Amino acid sequence: MATTPKRKRVTTRADNLASSDDLLKYYREMLLIRRFEEKAGQLYGMGLIGGFCHLYIGQEAVVVGMQAAITGDDGVITSYRDHGHMLACGMDPAGVMAELTGREGGYSRGKGGSMHMFSKEKNFFGGHGIVGGQVPLGTGIAFNYKYRGQNRVCLTYLGDGAVNQGQVYEAFNMAALWKLPVIYCIENNQYAMGTSAQRHSASPDLYQRGAAYGIPGEQVDGMDVLAVKAAGERAVAHCREGNGPYILELKTYRYRGHSMSDPAKYRTKEELDKMRKEHDPIDMVKKLLIDGNIIDEAGLKDIDKEVKSEVAKAAEFAQNSPEPDVSELFTDILIDA
Amino acid sequence: MPIEVLMPALSPTMTEGTLAKWTVKEGDKIASGDVIAEIETDKATMEVEAVDEGTIGKIVIAEGAENVAVNAVIAYILEEDEDASALDNISATGSAPKAEVAPAPAAETVSASASIPAQPAAVSASGAFERASGDPRAMSEVNATQDEKTYTSFKTQTVREALRDAMAEEMRSDENVYVMGEEVAQYQGAYKVTQGLLDEFGDKRVVDTPITEYGFTGMATGAAFMGLKPIVEFMTFNFAMQAIDHIINSAAKTLYMSGGQLGCPIVFRGPNGVASRVGAQHSQCYASWYAHCPGLKVVSPWSAADAKGLLKAAIRDPNPVVFLENELLYGTSFEVPDDEDFVLPIGQAKIEREGTDVTIVAFSIMVGKALKAAEQLAEQGISAEVINLRSIRPLDVNTIVRSVMKTNRLVTCEEGWHFAGIGAEIASTIMEHAFDYLDAPVARVTGEDVPMPYAANLEVLAVPQEKHIVDAAKAVCYR
Repeated sequence: MATTPKRKRVTTRADNLASSDDLLKYYREMLLIRRFEEKAGQLYGMGLIGGFCHLYIGQEAVVVGMQAAITGDDGVITSYRDHGHMLACGMDPAGVMAELTGREGGYSRGKGGSMHMFSKEKNFFGGHGIVGGQVPLGTGIAFNYKYRGQNRVCLTYLGDGAVNQGQVYEAFNMAALWKLPVIYCIENNQYAMGTSAQRHSASPDLYQRGAAYGIPGEQVDGMDVLAVKAAGERAVAHCREGNGPYILELKTYRYRGHSMSDPAKYRTKEELDKMRKEHDPIDMVKKLLIDGNIIDEAGLKDIDKEVKSEVAKAAEFAQNSPEPDVSELFTDILIDA
Repeated sequence: MPIEVLMPALSPTMTEGTLAKWTVKEGDKIASGDVIAEIETDKATMEVEAVDEGTIGKIVIAEGAENVAVNAVIAYILEEDEDASALDNISATGSAPKAEVAPAPAAETVSASASIPAQPAAVSASGAFERASGDPRAMSEVNATQDEKTYTSFKTQTVREALRDAMAEEMRSDENVYVMGEEVAQYQGAYKVTQGLLDEFGDKRVVDTPITEYGFTGMATGAAFMGLKPIVEFMTFNFAMQAIDHIINSAAKTLYMSGGQLGCPIVFRGPNGVASRVGAQHSQCYASWYAHCPGLKVVSPWSAADAKGLLKAAIRDPNPVVFLENELLYGTSFEVPDDEDFVLPIGQAKIEREGTDVTIVAFSIMVGKALKAAEQLAEQGISAEVINLRSIRPLDVNTIVRSVMKTNRLVTCEEGWHFAGIGAEIASTIMEHAFDYLDAPVARVTGEDVPMPYAANLEVLAVPQEKHIVDAAKAVCYR
């Protein structure tokens, strides 16, 4: 039986312990996402990336923590702010960056772009551009796991803006009705483009959005990778035991605008500075690493250099990879029957 | 080498902007993510963040400078191991490397194929003639040579039974095929098309859904990405408008957007077109809506044999197929080949009646009306050839063109509205491929350009009838 949502529960890092190796891993993964996104922003500024480009800076703990709670066999699907999710899934930064620049070496051979990337190999199923569209799709991936008797879960990410889409509730209802192994990860970065959650949501507690369907929900500090991981593990266990869907509301914050052309005038500089100074997910792990004598400043610097070099290589690949051959215009429309 | 800080483009259209303010000065230490400047565009003031860490070595463009070109060097950052002497070799104006924006996708190649000598080519990105081989508008040679297999044994079946048998046979042979929709299981189908399937295959494979088209269509599409082969039944295609986002944005486009990684073997089926006395929201043809979209196949059977053979093909097809049935035909009986292997190729039309004077193209219920019209025309001395399209996309252009080359006259029939309808597409296609063979303008028989009325007398006026086909055929024959 699905249970009613838990009372608002704020998980803190004090609940959790992680091994030194794990902490170092999370630090590196989060840093990779941040440096990658900064580089993407720079390439966008140079005109090498076109169209819409939604950066993930500030939200890194969410995907890194959730990924730590699943295995490589589980599925992941999200919306268009997807670069971080792909890197967390272990996709090659060079292939992701080359897709951003619209080149042959990109994951979709340049035909998808920033919002539309996939890796069957890494069980990452997009990259979807219509707000909320990925929610029924992810629920269908979970339906597939159940149909085939596979004990897998599908992490289905959505933003605080998407929770107001009708199709989300259609999916919630069927997921609960059929006990599908899907975890709805609501990344509440507090702004649906320029509209704050206070202005778009009648109730501020998004983890309760599954209450009508008896889907358990939890609110989690999404700036704390260990809290995310711990909550993710509870959700995964719930799904794997056959209890159906689970909702995690991950309270997070995006430092940049909605997309590259958004100056984010709908929030104060003080609000942003406070998040960056006091709640930065990477600084938090850095402090744990230093305070716990797990690594020293020089060691961290080495990691920074490695990450920077990996991102530089990705950027170089993304600029040197050729544009797709013009014949690609007409490929991948239909599969030969 | 000092790191160049370039004037960034903050939108795809920005070419220059005002450097409103520096928030750092020469000598300041900076880290990745630090705001270093503010830039004004025509739309907004945006902050520029440092991507690299180091020391601001030199500010090249002073604050307040207007019309600073995108990608011009605005400052230099010294790396950790560099001092100001590293700036000595830098010219004061900066070397502003033009971003290596790769050339636009070979516009020349594309336009070359658009200009076909001595042909009044339609203007489109790739040209109306000599399509690239992958272009679905290219005339398919496969269709021209592929003859339908002949069958010797037949049984009489309704369209309803034929559809059910097609699903049952495919479900028996492939565990990944399942049916999903409203009332498909316990109720045995709103129109009883899925009758008996629950008993044979169980509720794992015959899934009753809530009334939630958008949601279950998205779910089935997600399942199809994973290799399951859902048959989604819409109680009618009118309700699929709730789900058209997933049919087009998710099912039809993902193969392309994923560079070929994620296919979507799914069938969307249900009654389409004009029903009887149900008013405007339950009585409409969606053929041209779906046929418009690359990435979909669109099929519309008329007879029970069409229904069975095409539905089996649609279920086996690795692509999303929109399968447009007709409620009024469900109970109509036809002869169906009595053969387990009976399947019809998608993309191939059938000449239902041969003729020499005029070609009548129709699909779904309009095929029956066209055949009746052909009988009336025969009585009046006009020999009409009737083509049952069966498949709307891909369209069997060859069969239509060959027929028009013989008859020199064409009438198209559909229940949908004329504007941007299937008839419009066929007329245009024939103009492209057989202009010199036409002895009269193509005539279109379509539904009237109104929402479907309820009143019996008005409804009959809004729907294309046999008489309209006869009149159109006579008109193009100048009779």
